[in-house]
Amino acid sequence: MDFLTLLQVLDSTIRLATPLLLTCLAGLFSERAGIFDIGLEGKMLAAAFFSAAMAFMTGSVWLGLLAGIAASMALSALHGLASITFRGNQLISGVAINFLASGLTVLIAQAWFHQGGRTPSLIGGARFEQITLPFALGPMDAEAAGLPLSKLIAQAGPLQQIYSEVISGQTILVYFALLCVPATSWLLYRTRFGLRLRAVGENPAAVDTAGVSVVGIRFAAVAICGVLCGLAGAYLATALQAGFVREMSAGRGYIALAALIFAKWRPWYALGATLLFGLLQAVALRFQSIDIAGIPVPVQFMDALPYILTVVILAGFVGKAIPPRAGGEPYVKER
Amino acid sequence: MTFMKSLLSAAAATALCAGAALAEPALIFDLGGKFDKSFNEAAFTGAERWVEETGGSFREIELKSEAQREQALRRFAENGNNPIVMTGFAFGNVLSEVAPDYPDTKFTLIDMVVDAPNVRSVVFNEHEGSYLVGMMAAKASKSGTVGFIGGMDIPLIRKFACGYVQGVKAVNPDATVIQNMTGTTPAAWNDPVKGSELTKAQISQGADVVYAAAGGTGVGVLQTAADEGILSIGVDSNQNYMHPGKVLTSMLKRVDNAVYDAMTAGTDIETGIYVMGVANGGIDYALDEFNAPLVDDDMAALVDGAKAEISNGTITVHDYMSDNTCPVE
Repeated sequence: MDFLTLLQVLDSTIRLATPLLLTCLAGLFSERAGIFDIGLEGKMLAAAFFSAAMAFMTGSVWLGLLAGIAASMALSALHGLASITFRGNQLISGVAINFLASGLTVLIAQAWFHQGGRTPSLIGGARFEQITLPFALGPMDAEAAGLPLSKLIAQAGPLQQIYSEVISGQTILVYFALLCVPATSWLLYRTRFGLRLRAVGENPAAVDTAGVSVVGIRFAAVAICGVLCGLAGAYLATALQAGFVREMSAGRGYIALAALIFAKWRPWYALGATLLFGLLQAVALRFQSIDIAGIPVPVQFMDALPYILTVVILAGFVGKAIPPRAGGEPYVKER
Repeated sequence: MTFMKSLLSAAAATALCAGAALAEPALIFDLGGKFDKSFNEAAFTGAERWVEETGGSFREIELKSEAQREQALRRFAENGNNPIVMTGFAFGNVLSEVAPDYPDTKFTLIDMVVDAPNVRSVVFNEHEGSYLVGMMAAKASKSGTVGFIGGMDIPLIRKFACGYVQGVKAVNPDATVIQNMTGTTPAAWNDPVKGSELTKAQISQGADVVYAAAGGTGVGVLQTAADEGILSIGVDSNQNYMHPGKVLTSMLKRVDNAVYDAMTAGTDIETGIYVMGVANGGIDYALDEFNAPLVDDDMAALVDGAKAEISNGTITVHDYMSDNTCPVE
């Protein structure tokens, strides 16, 4: 594997890891506040559809993004209502949201666009453009040189290659997702809200005693979860793809959940876990079989590796993954 | 005894009436979904054509999970629908169990062979069509490297790949063909994001024509190919219109004809194995106003020549599924 191939795999890793990262952080907020969320997949799917639909109808990707976030937050509100207000089972509510999103998106898409559960292809301003950072080689330079961009990058020096291939040329949501990691870390560990959010997930009674609304904090966490899932869905449909295709989230919500456990519910580790899972996918996509020390590793093994790693972590082989103590339990005020 | 007899005859009469009233055909779409712009959609188009021409009506269901397969089949059979047409290789096992239970119902299975007296198995020589588009890909490629992206890794898709490689090598023996499969589960038919990434990976390895035999995943392949300015090849249905001027051609599998024929023949349908290939128009490549500028006379003459030679047996394209190996890589 030469240097440029490595960079291309890293580039692909970032694209594949971004939806995982956003969804993983979404789950982190929710679960740290004591609300388990199996419904990440469904929210992402709903957001993907509504962002694509709105972007197609208005021609503006930003309105699409807002619609995606709104759809995801609506499902979040539903989850909050079921599991916080009515103290229902959080897992069942999450599973219900997944089914709801899976069926509803196709149904509405068919009713609106008559293309069998997909949106028409998005063009121009209805998609997120790739951003060329200053001094990086981009499509403009390629046009000026009359060469394909990949050729131009191949001729550049190694630093420029790293900068142009991996760092530049991503969509704005990628940079935003990466910024979300320090922001989440700061919010959780450096602010009063973060302290309360974590406390609500560990010992809601103590928070209640301090005179802070457990329900309020939990709803806030679920709302943030909705926003982040909305971003992830919009990224799938309007940045990576040009439109919605049914079931296009293809299990990424579940991989994000696995990444969350792998990261032991911590923001920086979440970045590491999602990048690792993204890398595994990128490698599996680039090479159909890999030789490690002379033994061919089938691509299926690479696909399964995220789940295997998660099981290993859960089994306690590599440090113990301890979920928030009050996770999954509705809070009942004592009388 | 007499009571029993009259009861039985009454039951038989009701059954007959029910059969006569409800003998409308049924169509079961596989997990890819009715509007996959590809295989299942072709089946739907055929059924629609039958509706338009005869004014008849048909029952249909889109499967949502593996578990529904047998259930849907039995529901339609119990309901008296006849013939029951189903799309997809995955019905093979289920149908071989269900078909003997309903000897009076005729089944048409597309893409798989089930040996039963009341089953018509329609199979396509996809390798021949893939061979044709492979020739076009090799002709259109400037880099000498072309790509293949399959959906789920099953022998059928390997058959596409093998035919394609043979076609490419027939035109340019030195060409490189990069082959990728999207996955090993049915989710691989509906993952355009993965399709895009595979396309990007193939482009960075030098591919400038990619052939997608991947259902809904192919939407992502065609999109990325168009975005990155290379050519793509669609599959099953004519997908040229999706990105005019960017889709070189589509390998047509006339599933619509198979469904149309089955519905037209109705309950008198001939059972047994029915092969649709280049020779009888069951397999073809798409040429329309969207890709006409891409296909020059030279290329068209080459492919039409190959078509004639496949039809008269001068060229034999190796079928991967006959021995599960491919002579070329």
